[in-house]
Amino acid sequence: MFELLGIPPQVLLGQLLIGLINGSFYAVLSLGLAVIFGLLNIINFAHGAQYMMGAFVAWMLLSYGGIGYWPALFLAPVIVGVIGIALERVLIARLYKLDHLYGLLLTFGLALIIQGLFRNYYGVSGLPYQIPSALQGGQNLGFMFLPNYRGWVIVASVIVCFGTWFMIEKTRLGANLRAATENPELVGAFGVNVPRMITLTYGFGVALAAFAGVLAAPIYSVNPNMGADLIIVVFAVVVIGGMGSIMGSILTGFGLGVIEGLTRVFYPEGSAVVIFVIMAIVLMIKPEGLFGKSA
Amino acid sequence: MIKRIALSTAAVSALVAGPALATDITLGVLNDQSGVYADLSGQGSVVAAQMAVADFDAAGKGINVNIISADHQNKPDIASNIARQWYDQDGVDAILDVPTSSTALAVADVTAEFGKVFINSGAATSDLTRANCQPTTIHWTYDTAALANGTGKAVTEAGGDTWFFLTADYAFGHALERDTTAVVEASGGEVLGSVAHPFPGTDFSSFLLQAQASGAKVIGLANAGADTVNSIKQASEFGIVQGGQKLAGLLLFINNVHSLGAQTAQGLQMTTAFYWDMNDDTRAFSERFKEEMGSPPSMVQAGVYAGTLHYLKAVEAVGSDDAEAIVATMKEMKTDDPLFGEGYIRKDGRVIHDMYLMEVKSPEESTGEWDLLKEVATISGEDAFLPMEDGGCAFALAD
Amino acid sequence: MSTNENTKTATPAMHRSVGMPGHMKIIFVVLLAVLIALPFMVYPVFAMKVMCFALFACAFNLLLGFGGLLSFGHAAYFGMASYVCAHAAKVWGLTPELAILAGTVTAALLGLLIGSLAIRRQGIYFAMVTLAFAQMVYFFALQAEFTGGEDGIQTVPRNDLLGLFPMGDDIVFYFFVLFITFGGILFIYRITHSPFGQVLKAIRENEPRAISLGYHVNRYKLTVFVLSATFAGLAGATKSQVFHLASLTDVHWSMSGEVVLMTLLGGMGTVLGPIVGAVIVVTMQNYLAYLGAWVTVIQGVIFVIGVLMFREGIIGVLSKIFKKPL
Repeated sequence: MFELLGIPPQVLLGQLLIGLINGSFYAVLSLGLAVIFGLLNIINFAHGAQYMMGAFVAWMLLSYGGIGYWPALFLAPVIVGVIGIALERVLIARLYKLDHLYGLLLTFGLALIIQGLFRNYYGVSGLPYQIPSALQGGQNLGFMFLPNYRGWVIVASVIVCFGTWFMIEKTRLGANLRAATENPELVGAFGVNVPRMITLTYGFGVALAAFAGVLAAPIYSVNPNMGADLIIVVFAVVVIGGMGSIMGSILTGFGLGVIEGLTRVFYPEGSAVVIFVIMAIVLMIKPEGLFGKSA
Repeated sequence: MIKRIALSTAAVSALVAGPALATDITLGVLNDQSGVYADLSGQGSVVAAQMAVADFDAAGKGINVNIISADHQNKPDIASNIARQWYDQDGVDAILDVPTSSTALAVADVTAEFGKVFINSGAATSDLTRANCQPTTIHWTYDTAALANGTGKAVTEAGGDTWFFLTADYAFGHALERDTTAVVEASGGEVLGSVAHPFPGTDFSSFLLQAQASGAKVIGLANAGADTVNSIKQASEFGIVQGGQKLAGLLLFINNVHSLGAQTAQGLQMTTAFYWDMNDDTRAFSERFKEEMGSPPSMVQAGVYAGTLHYLKAVEAVGSDDAEAIVATMKEMKTDDPLFGEGYIRKDGRVIHDMYLMEVKSPEESTGEWDLLKEVATISGEDAFLPMEDGGCAFALAD
Repeated sequence: MSTNENTKTATPAMHRSVGMPGHMKIIFVVLLAVLIALPFMVYPVFAMKVMCFALFACAFNLLLGFGGLLSFGHAAYFGMASYVCAHAAKVWGLTPELAILAGTVTAALLGLLIGSLAIRRQGIYFAMVTLAFAQMVYFFALQAEFTGGEDGIQTVPRNDLLGLFPMGDDIVFYFFVLFITFGGILFIYRITHSPFGQVLKAIRENEPRAISLGYHVNRYKLTVFVLSATFAGLAGATKSQVFHLASLTDVHWSMSGEVVLMTLLGGMGTVLGPIVGAVIVVTMQNYLAYLGAWVTVIQGVIFVIGVLMFREGIIGVLSKIFKKPL
């Protein structure tokens, strides 16, 4: 076999797969952000905090209620989603007529509050959360050892991402949603309760973040800061994909995970900045994003 | 200006009027109370300082101690601002703890400028007593050189003679890698390579795979806090330890091991200056500490206790708050406290005490939530810390 | 660019008295008096910190409040200037005024580079471009040799001013900082109330109309971007002299967020708003430091309340009450 820039192909293959796994998280998170932006025109800066809450709720369900991973995978997003709905009703709904800027600032403030509260009550060292027994161990793929859980992360996020895409692009409900973004008055006149639909959409976007949080809990440290730095990376993913584009955010999420993975091999120090370099280039050449419709 | 004059006249009249021996001391605990190091320093360090004051019976000896604290948020500018204000306006005599290297270096400089005392426990950089040493700095608990000497030497001599480093890409990580490399090579080992990861990071699997591919027997984790926890967690997930490679956490605190759990962390070797379950004294102290804080003390918090105790002894001997005399006395007197045992402070401010190579117990061996470590070896202070002659601290080497 | 050479630099329709209105004169005089007395009432280093951030927020407000451009990467200019100034003072041994000048010029050049790319985009895309470049600057600061990584540049000396006057004493240095920051803020006020500022306002209100009136809109935008970056740099460079250090804090994206908070809290587009916002945020960080993580919670609550109830900011509300622009 040939070697690419001194990297044996087995290693490279392993790194591609790892990149894809990280991309799964980007995809689910940026999808939630894109759904919310697409329908509510709100840049949800609290997304990272809501992702963190997903992981924490999973941990709480286990520690206080003895409820394990599999039920948590469903329950935690619902719980966090309901909290999101409450926030939307009480606070965010007041800002729909205003500039994006205000929604961004409000959710940024919410993120500060949520993260601060969790820091006060749970410290910052992180809490342990075990991989569910059914997914422990791994497979030897020849070029690398793939932990079963990481394989599950890819499968679960692909299902959720494309399920969401299908629902929004191919079902009647999705058609209503998309129509409501174009012309809320008209859709309302057809008897669709538009405000309720918007509220539920926000709840759904938040639930997606929480779902990613539960997925992350067994492999990353469950701590209040886990979403704080992630949010601007995910934000960049959404911009690169094209804001509000569902498929764009999914594909860009997976794609950037892979690119970041490759950077970690060839220029590891630069892996934290590569996404921003790509964002700058994309915005310069195709400002509406890779998959966005030009305005 | 005016306020300061008013204060000093008040102090003079107090001196004249009050009992001749009464000394007022204000200690400032400056550390991370909300960020990544809050659990291992934070409020627990304040409690440790208070316990030292109570145990010393300062009030009974005519020393009125007042302890204040603040959060430096791991930002050097905030740390330096608070330190200045404390020395300049709040009459602080000594600053304690100060984790993270960048904030510690900033506070060391401010302390020297004001001619006060800085007893560091939380920071890792050995530069505090080397290139950036100050006559007013005392570095109590550990430093990068001691960590490297402890873990690096023991692991290499036990047969782990090829290393690959996972290094946090900032000054502390590189210092730790540099110091450990020197120790590994001096012990007859070889470093096969290293990879620098962004700091802070969340996913280390890619770097771990590179470490795996290197074929090194030991993967040295030259990072700290959540980064180390995540690297170890993910190494276990990718079956790296089962594959025959050994992990060496170069800077691990008891809190990190606790958050990993014995299941994941078992067999891991680490160097520490203090562990709560070493002898009756440490157990008794830790029991009292745990009542207050809910967890046994970290080595950083233990270091704050010991440093405060030694400082107060020097204050008693000097009989005033004269910083220069106190530091001189601290360096003259042998250190001796229930947590660190006997030791001494070198001219460059480095406290020389024993370090311990520990191993994380398996879940079967562990009998309680915090029963996590067992001792592998004791490393004498002279072996653990870098000799002063090699340190490059100008004022200590001048005469 | 050569197609329309008869560009107007100022429009007659917008000709108004550019002198300072009476109430602003009084406010600035009172402000100056307070600032002169300040170091004798509060801790001078703290007072200097507040003033540096006030200038930083005013610089940011110049871009957001008057230019209508939201930058998410102002930490880049603030931080890089602080690094260059610290390096100039420590390694090259430059005097304070030259070191600060070096930092400020760096920020201006950086602003020219990033600004010329960013102004091609609008709204949220503009903000994202500035964020992307600021992240790259952060990466550079982390990797470059001279910045000292996460230790920053420590023990930065304050050399003698003009090589003549020792600046070691904080009270003495305070008056130098007062001169710089107050001067900077007055200068920004002049810019916003000049014909140039009026054109900016026109662009902000209705860009297509401004274009149809024959203004080279991008040239105005770039100018205000560079000016804003320059003053942010002036603030950052001065701060590194105040604290004797430069560190990653100043280039991190949360610093960019903080300056948005200050400006919004005080009132964007007002003259005094950013100053008030800076005073509140810095004071809070300083005096609530003992509350630990609650500081973030309180900051968050202020954000939320501010956005929901006082979108004009504190000064915006006051200026409505007094029916005078403040």
